Amino acid sequence: MADSPGRPVSPATGTETLEAGPAAEEALPPGGAIVPEAGRWSFRQSLLVPMLAIVTALAIGALFIIFSNSEALSAWSSFFADPLAAFRASGRAVADAYRALFTGSLGNPRQIVDAIRFGDLHQVALTLNPLSETIVTATPLIFAGLSVALGFRAGLFNIGAEGQITIGALVGAVAGFSLTGLPGPVHLALIVIGGIAGGAAWGAIPGILKARTGAHEVITTIMLNFVAVLLVDYSLSKQFFRPAGTTNPISKPVTAFFPHLFGSSLRANAGIVLALAAAVGVAWLLKRTTLGFEFRAVGANPAAARTAGMSPARTYVLVMALAGGLAGLAAATQLSSVSPSLERGFSSGIGFDAIALALLGRATPSGVVAASFLFAVLRVGARSMQAATQVPVDLITVIQALVIVFIAAPALVKAIYRIRARRVIGAEVFTKGWSG
Amino acid sequence: MRLELRGITRHFPGVVANDQVDLTVEPGEIHALLGENGAGKTTLMNILYGLYHAEEGEILIDGKAVRFGTPGDAIAAGLGMVHQHFMLVPVFTVTENIMLGVESTRGRIGFLDRRLARRRVNEISRKFGLDIPADALVEELPVGVQQRVEIVKALYREAEVLILDEPTAVLTPQETEDLFAVMRSLKTSGKSIIFITHKLKEVLAIADRITVMRRGKVVGTTRAQETTEAELASMMVGRTVRLRVEKTPAKPGEPVLEVGDLVVFDDRGHVAVDGLSLAVRAGEIVCVAGVQGNGQTELVEAITALRPVVSGAIRVLGRDITRSSTHHVLESGVGHIPEDRLGDGLVLDFSIADNLVLDTYDKEPFARWIVRDEHAVMETARERARDFDIRTPSVRQAASTLSGGNQQKVIVAREFSRPIRFLVASQPTRGLDVGSIEYIHERLVEKRDQGVAVLIVSSELDEVLALADRIAVMYRGAIVDVIPVDRATRERLGLLMAGAPGREAAVG
Repeated sequence: MADSPGRPVSPATGTETLEAGPAAEEALPPGGAIVPEAGRWSFRQSLLVPMLAIVTALAIGALFIIFSNSEALSAWSSFFADPLAAFRASGRAVADAYRALFTGSLGNPRQIVDAIRFGDLHQVALTLNPLSETIVTATPLIFAGLSVALGFRAGLFNIGAEGQITIGALVGAVAGFSLTGLPGPVHLALIVIGGIAGGAAWGAIPGILKARTGAHEVITTIMLNFVAVLLVDYSLSKQFFRPAGTTNPISKPVTAFFPHLFGSSLRANAGIVLALAAAVGVAWLLKRTTLGFEFRAVGANPAAARTAGMSPARTYVLVMALAGGLAGLAAATQLSSVSPSLERGFSSGIGFDAIALALLGRATPSGVVAASFLFAVLRVGARSMQAATQVPVDLITVIQALVIVFIAAPALVKAIYRIRARRVIGAEVFTKGWSG
Repeated sequence: MRLELRGITRHFPGVVANDQVDLTVEPGEIHALLGENGAGKTTLMNILYGLYHAEEGEILIDGKAVRFGTPGDAIAAGLGMVHQHFMLVPVFTVTENIMLGVESTRGRIGFLDRRLARRRVNEISRKFGLDIPADALVEELPVGVQQRVEIVKALYREAEVLILDEPTAVLTPQETEDLFAVMRSLKTSGKSIIFITHKLKEVLAIADRITVMRRGKVVGTTRAQETTEAELASMMVGRTVRLRVEKTPAKPGEPVLEVGDLVVFDDRGHVAVDGLSLAVRAGEIVCVAGVQGNGQTELVEAITALRPVVSGAIRVLGRDITRSSTHHVLESGVGHIPEDRLGDGLVLDFSIADNLVLDTYDKEPFARWIVRDEHAVMETARERARDFDIRTPSVRQAASTLSGGNQQKVIVAREFSRPIRFLVASQPTRGLDVGSIEYIHERLVEKRDQGVAVLIVSSELDEVLALADRIAVMYRGAIVDVIPVDRATRERLGLLMAGAPGREAAVG
């Protein structure tokens, strides 16, 4: 990989891309540019790096599986006696683990087909349960991922989804358990609105601080996360929140729920429909509306946006409020489906996963949806994997982290696979750093 | 030292930045490298300086082939480069800046030997008549002196060939003269200078030989005595160009812009515009001439409401806009061509079409309620690209793919397509090729003839003299004089721009 003068620099190192930038601009003949059209990524370009990142992460995960499998390890220890056995044992360990992972999250196709053939509804529900669980897990991830992705598009790094979910849950929970006697759908709507309002208000604070004083949203949102979590802890110490006669820091459960999608034995509910609708809504907002145009302009070049008469300050407040509202929706759908009570650590890190999801989904709504399902598959399947093969659930955390590392460092993936790419794809497009 | 480049070729994706370029620089020669932006001058110099690598060709020093892997190699071989943007640490002294990277040390621990460095700096400074204060902080020095610090920095590293990249862009006419004096003295002591520029007058004033580049190729090399401005211009552009703007005398009408006692602060809270008053009438072009950094930028930002006004008033068409928002100012018929076209004028990641509606995206027919009409945007964009000669295969391309001239045409097209009564343009042709300059000048005059009041801020005297009906000279935040163009001479403007006109004139 030596860089001998007189020859072009190796593309795999990425130096080519870096140095060609300004110079190519300088040297472009008028009107003679040969560059892909703006805003349009070829299918291959936009999916290549995320796909390779996932594959690479799974491959490294496979090594962990082999190392944690006693059978495979003992086969390796007698490698010279029987080299094939070592490979065979390793392959079996990996295949077993990953098979368990995917059947545990997507269902076993053969069992599903059999159950349908026999017409046993209960059995059908049972075989579809993994899929249903994946849907349930993906729902809040989609909302939270959209929240962070929307921020990215306007040049804002919203680290505060966790806090926004927490406050959304606080307001939503109050609406959910304190109101009574309302018709179900109305009550549900109030919980959802409460969640949105709480999240939006919490999101708007860093927006206003940035607009008014220039305080960086990364700092303020992180700090507000702590405030939000502690505020909920404090609230849960009050009798108003607790069920009568208990002292546990768990609130009364909400009393209105999203309707189940596939019968009451499966937890999949209409929350996912709302999540997908939100994704479509965000996509429409960004692509088709004047507001989205402003957001993107402010995100891409705030100085030019201001010069053209837009108000970056207004955009910051608006985007942060909308992002907070989306995060609040994650809280509302959780409350009115699988975790009806507000408790400590309600968000359980979804707000931080959201950052990973937005990066993995390249800050596009469709990408976020896909990334959320991927994470949900890994998480739901992890339990089955551990049950079936004793591979620890923590492996999934490792794989997720590796995916993020490879997404955040596209040059790394390209170096591994020797991809020649003119434009570096990935995170650096939206994460403009901490200085602005 | 004799420097020779032979057959240098370098491609970038989609372009040949340098195509079989030959260049010979003799010892003790000032060699001008002339060409429009994008002609490949900078690429060639970056190859010479070890920043890029050539795909073909070789570099010879005194007849021996050399290879520069890094700028360090180039410096060691006796090359020195003064970049357009200075590479100095503002809070360090002149000596510290110069010794940075080649520190002389004392003792085993390696204490900095400032005394030795300082003595050498003074020696060099005296020898070549550079006159720099060795102990002053760099940030407190005028731009012209900072540039001399850069030159001393190169000489300190024993450079035999100096590359000066657009050195006069940031200088007053007087400072330019001083620089030329330094260049001559360097030349007499046997140093060679490669002088990169696109300014024809300067080339003829200082260079011994001139190499003209166009689209990555050398068009020709000629002696300065044997050529003319017109010939060089046509070599640069590849066709004959008019160097003057055709225009009839102005027929000024009512005042459109009125600025009274304006005070504006700069980013650091210092007074940048200091009690400035100015009026621009319909159908005339007023040019604000002045050296960069005398408050022009802040003045324009105040007029367009991008910077708060501390005191004073700004009126457009009789309406007070002193406290308006930028949005409102643009709505009330003000067009703005910003100074920093890449930073403030365009969203480079957006398509050309979107950039063409950057300040009208929310108006009919481009949007109804809050829904954008993509179709109308595209249709209009195609029309504008045709009308304003924006050369691109498609208006869907990102604005970043355009050349500088075409990028500026996008901004001009956008602003001229709105109903404007007053236009403020900052450095409207800075860094553009001759063809684009011609085009934009014509369009500005055309706007004037339609009765628009035009305010142009420019630090290029040629442009000011070509375009203006009246010239307002700005110095330290105020207008020191307003003179009709037919009474303006380069000398008089130069003196006014340097401040204290009366005293200077009397002494000089």
